[in-house]
Amino acid sequence: MFKKDITPGAKSKVKSSVQRAIRTKITETYPLLAPHIDEIIPKKSQLDSLKLPDRVTLYALDSHPLFYQHMDDPITPHLRTVHQFPAAFPRIRIDRGAIRFVLSGATLMAPGLTSAGGRLPSGTNATTDKDDGEEEGEEEKRYGGRDLEEGEVVVVEAEGKEEACMIGQLRVGTREIKEKKKGVVIDAGHYLGDGLWRIELD
Amino acid sequence: MASEIGATDAASSEPQARHVIYCGVCSLPPEYCEFGGTAKKCKDWLEKNHPDLHEKLYSEEAVAATLSTLSLEAQKRAAKDSQKKEAKAAAAEAKAAETKAQAQILIKRVERNKRKYVTAVSGLEAHGMDLKKVAKEWGKKFATGSSVTKTASGGEEVVVQGDNSDEIFDWVVDVAGVPEANVDCIEDKKKKGA
Repeated sequence: MFKKDITPGAKSKVKSSVQRAIRTKITETYPLLAPHIDEIIPKKSQLDSLKLPDRVTLYALDSHPLFYQHMDDPITPHLRTVHQFPAAFPRIRIDRGAIRFVLSGATLMAPGLTSAGGRLPSGTNATTDKDDGEEEGEEEKRYGGRDLEEGEVVVVEAEGKEEACMIGQLRVGTREIKEKKKGVVIDAGHYLGDGLWRIELD
Repeated sequence: MASEIGATDAASSEPQARHVIYCGVCSLPPEYCEFGGTAKKCKDWLEKNHPDLHEKLYSEEAVAATLSTLSLEAQKRAAKDSQKKEAKAAAAEAKAAETKAQAQILIKRVERNKRKYVTAVSGLEAHGMDLKKVAKEWGKKFATGSSVTKTASGGEEVVVQGDNSDEIFDWVVDVAGVPEANVDCIEDKKKKGA
């Protein structure tokens, strides 16, 4: 979605009532972020909203992009926000081979997640074959047990890396990914080094 | 133990945000520098600015660990790809430097009305200046109106009210650091027309 460099449109201040609505929306969408919401968007702060191409709205605080929203899709954190609170979002992991494609803006495909280096939520009762035994406890916690649904926003981490490299909306549920092991998982996401990442506000 | 930490976390108002160091060259987190196309420069930057992190990311075992997870063929492909990317980035940089060396800044004194002039400056964007910011700064410096205007040829230029061409020339050379040879002052007399 943000492959090209973005020139932000007009900046306007968000009404405080709208800002409150945004805050509740964010805490609803990402319940784990709720304890930190005051740190990301302090109550008395003045959010700015910027219009980006393709009907994307970007919310920024003091020239730091925080969240973006494409039309009425779920509001999505900027990757810098994700890096600050990585534990607050559902996460999946891709294998090392997929990183370079993701960072050049390719759509994320299922094999990058189902191979040995990838991680998906284990599913409540389902047993997964790819989990290596020794790390299971920690892995389980990190990537969660709940299968994620289509349309949920997930953070994509990478094998051997600490920070997240992409964020986007799932095109298919994680259960289906595991079953089919084929096809598009996330398209039009926000990834490291894309236009939104490099956007400069002032 | 874990719950204890959780409880104190919720109670305290201490900032919880992690502070991630971003590479000064490619702006990515340093562990992703190898994919950015300027890997060599990023490495040097990191060594200079965050030696501990450099040690962690580029130590021999770390490199070996990352390599062992990929098949040989995939490794080769990745290496080839990154090489290509690097070459591309280097070429782009060289080209940018060249255009910058050639780009002329034109300071034009335009007569508005007998003894009233405006100064139009074009070509600033090629030297990496933000027109809006420059206009604002000049407006403050010269205490006059100063704005970014679209030109007939499709570009944009900064128009400063009043004849400030000499001062602007000095500013461009001294403050912005543009070589004197790249700055041109001309006078553009408006033709008297109906």
